[in-house]
Amino acid sequence: MERNEKLQAYWKENLRYISILLAIWFSVSYLAGILFADHLDSLKIGGFRLGFWFANQGSEVVFVVLIFVYVSLMNRLDRKYDVHED
Amino acid sequence: MSILAWTWIIVGITFALYIGIAIWSRASSTGDFYVAEKSVHPIANGMATGADWMSAASFISMAGLISFLGRDGSMYLMGWTGGYVLLAMLLAPYLRKYGKFTVPQFIGDRYYSNAARVTALLCAIFVSFTYVAGQMRGVGVVFSRFLNVEINTGVIIGMALVFFYATMGGMKGITYTQVAQYCVLIVAYMIPAIFISILLTGNPIPQLGYGSAVTSNGAQLLNDSSAQGRYLLDVLDGLHQDLGFAAYTAGQRPVIDVFFITFALMVGTAGLPHVIIRFFTVPKIRDARASAGWALLFIAILYTTAPAVAAFARTNFIKTVHNIAYADAPSWIKNWEQTGLIAWTDKNGDGIMQYSKGTAFQGGKPNKAKDNVDTSNPNEIYVDNDIMVLANPEIAKLPNWVVALVAAGGLAAALSTAAGLLLVISSAISHDLFKGVLFPRLTEKQELLWARIAAGFAVCIAGLFGIYPPGFVAQVVAFAFGLAAASFFPAIIMGVFNKKANKEGAITGMLVGIIFTAGYIIYYRFINPAANNPAGWWFGISPEGIGTVGMLLNFASMWVVGKFTPEPPVEVQELVESLRYPAERVDGVIKPTPPPSAAH
Repeated sequence: MERNEKLQAYWKENLRYISILLAIWFSVSYLAGILFADHLDSLKIGGFRLGFWFANQGSEVVFVVLIFVYVSLMNRLDRKYDVHED
Repeated sequence: MSILAWTWIIVGITFALYIGIAIWSRASSTGDFYVAEKSVHPIANGMATGADWMSAASFISMAGLISFLGRDGSMYLMGWTGGYVLLAMLLAPYLRKYGKFTVPQFIGDRYYSNAARVTALLCAIFVSFTYVAGQMRGVGVVFSRFLNVEINTGVIIGMALVFFYATMGGMKGITYTQVAQYCVLIVAYMIPAIFISILLTGNPIPQLGYGSAVTSNGAQLLNDSSAQGRYLLDVLDGLHQDLGFAAYTAGQRPVIDVFFITFALMVGTAGLPHVIIRFFTVPKIRDARASAGWALLFIAILYTTAPAVAAFARTNFIKTVHNIAYADAPSWIKNWEQTGLIAWTDKNGDGIMQYSKGTAFQGGKPNKAKDNVDTSNPNEIYVDNDIMVLANPEIAKLPNWVVALVAAGGLAAALSTAAGLLLVISSAISHDLFKGVLFPRLTEKQELLWARIAAGFAVCIAGLFGIYPPGFVAQVVAFAFGLAAASFFPAIIMGVFNKKANKEGAITGMLVGIIFTAGYIIYYRFINPAANNPAGWWFGISPEGIGTVGMLLNFASMWVVGKFTPEPPVEVQELVESLRYPAERVDGVIKPTPPPSAAH
């Protein structure tokens, strides 16, 4: 592949990762924690109503996981397209 | 040993530690002063970002705020953490690749315009000053409550300390003191939370504890044998309904408003210069991404504990106050009555404290019970949000040194945030205004001197704000996020993701965003406060949430103006292209980033 095309492909894959991960980001906070929280509240895990839990803790936990997933995906992608540092 | 003695000892030790670190990490160059020579390990930077980010408000007020708001309080929990996902994916790695010192500098280079740089630096100074005023006040308040020192003396002690390590070490000194401050504040937050969780539910992990059932010990602490074996949150929901409140776990604010506020807080977080600048200090681009993850992990430890503290404290508070004879009230109530954070008035003359919905007193004078007139509703208790964290150790009957630790934690949270903000102000003045725009021929040594002078000057102004808080500061701090969301965020995002975004669009966008948002806030807060309610707002969006709309307007005007004005020069488009790849290789050799100054 020509260098320029390779770089374009790298950027495209990056954008794809970002869109998928941000879709999850949006779902756990805005959908589960806000818009559909009342519906999810009819389910219970232990003492937590589900919508309440997503709003209180669940989305924060997922946010942390999302960043580390992105970090490892990108570290691999950097190597695949030979744009890694050192 | 008394609480006071313990507090002096623990606060003294932590202050000595901060000073020691400052002496060890003196800055010797502008690179050191602005970005710690880009040599901070990503985990250390994560901790520093955590302390930088978590202010006096997060530490002292947030749990109390949530305990009064119930599920609606989650907008702060989600809003103040979700922005890190945006930072990690949309901002931090690209700005680190750019590799210079400040956010206004990036905006100036990317939009090839000193006007854009000046607009950005004014926004940075404005946002940072509104934010820092609350921190210095927080330092004073902690001193006065725990150490019996005048608030103003407390502010001055805090100023002297920040002055010392910020002017001496710059970013380097601030970073390593923030690492220490993170450790102090997280230990101080977790210890009381763990103890209370064990007391009430037998679960040592507070995050899980508040979803567990109340143990027999817990029921005893709550003076309610019927609570035993029931889930704590169910007990709390029941208490709320008995007292006339909505259920604790149910939402009450309009959904659209919660949505917009959460979004404004998230995007605002990602647009705050003192947070962004932390990602300039790590050695590599992949470190910038990882560092955002570590930062959020360290922040989430406190942010997932806060709702647990909120639920424990709320249950405990209602149970130890409501329907209890004042003569039998626990000692913490009497201790904190003196600070004015809690007050009781015997409206029905039965000698028993009754708590319910509504405010107990009219007016907001400091000495609630003596100076204010009773309201007609049956609620006899006034209680300040902050007491939920500050009095927590006493409510749970923890040893005196834990109380002292909470004081040190509150100070660590306030000082670390203040230092980060002061650095943004100082670099905006010395690097962007003096070196960048007014006197480009400053030598490095002169610039470093100016950076130190600007930092010292900013500390003094921040201190003055702390001593003479302008009435509007407390209200405006919450709006700093909306303003950051409406001004910086779109300019930076488009600067990276759209090569064709041009200077005309960016400047118009920033101005439209910040003027619209500030205008909406000023209208509802100061010009027509009577209309400041869900019925009076546009589409039910409160001034706290309007930054989201400001941001959308910013994006829209940027796009429209960009369509009708010339696209950016080729060099700028090449610069944008280069930001996207951590390292480009030509025949196996890493290509250097094109010098952005060529774009001017």
